[in-house]
Amino acid sequence: MRVRFWGTRGSMPVALTAADVRDKLAQALVAADGRRFESFGAAYDFAQQELPFTLTHTFGGHSSCVELETGSNEYFVCDMGSGARPFGAHVLARQGGRPATVNVFMSHVHWDHIMGFPFFGPAYVPGTTIRIHGCHDILEQALRLQQAPPCFPVPFDQLAAKIEFVKLVPGETYAGGSVSVTPKIQRHSGDSYGYRFEAGGKVLIYSTDSEHKLENRGEAEAFVAFFRDADLVVFDAMYSLAEVASVKADWGHSSNIVGVELCQMAGVKHLVLFHHEPSSDDAAIEAVLRDTRRLEELTRGARSLRVSAAYDGLEIDL
Amino acid sequence: MALSHRNYAKVRVVAPVGRLDHDNCEAFRNDLAPHLDACLREGQALIFDLSGLEYVSSAGLRCLMLAARQAASRSGRLVIASLQPLVAEIFQISRFNLVFDVFPTMREALASVSSEAVEAFERG
Repeated sequence: MRVRFWGTRGSMPVALTAADVRDKLAQALVAADGRRFESFGAAYDFAQQELPFTLTHTFGGHSSCVELETGSNEYFVCDMGSGARPFGAHVLARQGGRPATVNVFMSHVHWDHIMGFPFFGPAYVPGTTIRIHGCHDILEQALRLQQAPPCFPVPFDQLAAKIEFVKLVPGETYAGGSVSVTPKIQRHSGDSYGYRFEAGGKVLIYSTDSEHKLENRGEAEAFVAFFRDADLVVFDAMYSLAEVASVKADWGHSSNIVGVELCQMAGVKHLVLFHHEPSSDDAAIEAVLRDTRRLEELTRGARSLRVSAAYDGLEIDL
Repeated sequence: MALSHRNYAKVRVVAPVGRLDHDNCEAFRNDLAPHLDACLREGQALIFDLSGLEYVSSAGLRCLMLAARQAASRSGRLVIASLQPLVAEIFQISRFNLVFDVFPTMREALASVSSEAVEAFERG
């Protein structure tokens, strides 16, 4: 199983500004300290091997869109944030003119999770099948509304693909081909749903836009069971715990600390911090990652938990 | 977990000992309630002496935050003192160090709320 991140930012997409790029470049030149590079390859190796991540990359980027590649001919993807646009380009390029079958799993229908659908290229290709799975009754209504006048020039009914809506029930496991999936209700305005995917003996949890109050023992135990023995957990770590417990209480998001706690209790192998706060720059997200790894080290039990921060373009093989 | 208390002048200090996590935070909140009520009734600050706290989880931190919000709603004040190194790091990582008044020593915590309490502390 391969997990590919097309959109990792929370609430709304962000991009590096010209000033951000200039600052990274200036810092890289300072770090090079007068060194001469004989070729592009030598400079590339220096950037790759000696400069910190925040100077050579950016976390991005697009809003939520995460692909699950299972070896099947069909595509599986969580959420249709703005990352659905590059994901769609990837599907079209890979298909080479052949129609695709795409299985979408929607956490919820807030704008940052659906805004990419009108720009999802395969939706305009005749013969394509798009199955949109979710637990909300208003899934189809939300996707139609965002393409209704005056918001968008192409109405939903003019999309060329065959689009089906598949209603799922939380707690029930659905097996289709090589993948089984189990949804779970989460605390978020209007509800959101996490998904537990199992394929080829590997387990992926996609759990974003979910606030946790672990002093509620039943809730904590239910999420531990949902995360149990997962190979990878994609987790909403938008805010610090102090924010979630104070000024941003009941905003429906979680923190790096709760991510580590739930994953440690559930015996998870790899935690990926996701749904980054739009106002956080690369250095801020890297600081959160550093802190989270330190917390994992401080609280480690019998087995360690790998911690990463998602960025657009990240691929993880399970 | 054990929750002892002592007074310096009119300032009450409560001291949880051990671990504070989702297993015991409800009991902790129940044990804390009368101390918080007493302080708020008398218009005094409540100080947490965390020198005996070995670990605090998100659930435990949320208990402290709920207590602070309860105090603030009645114009009260909650102050933290004497964190062990591990708990101090958890406060920093969770950013709770930015929302609470945290002091390295009990004397400094008492000095921030009452000169009479500091005098009582120094008298032993």
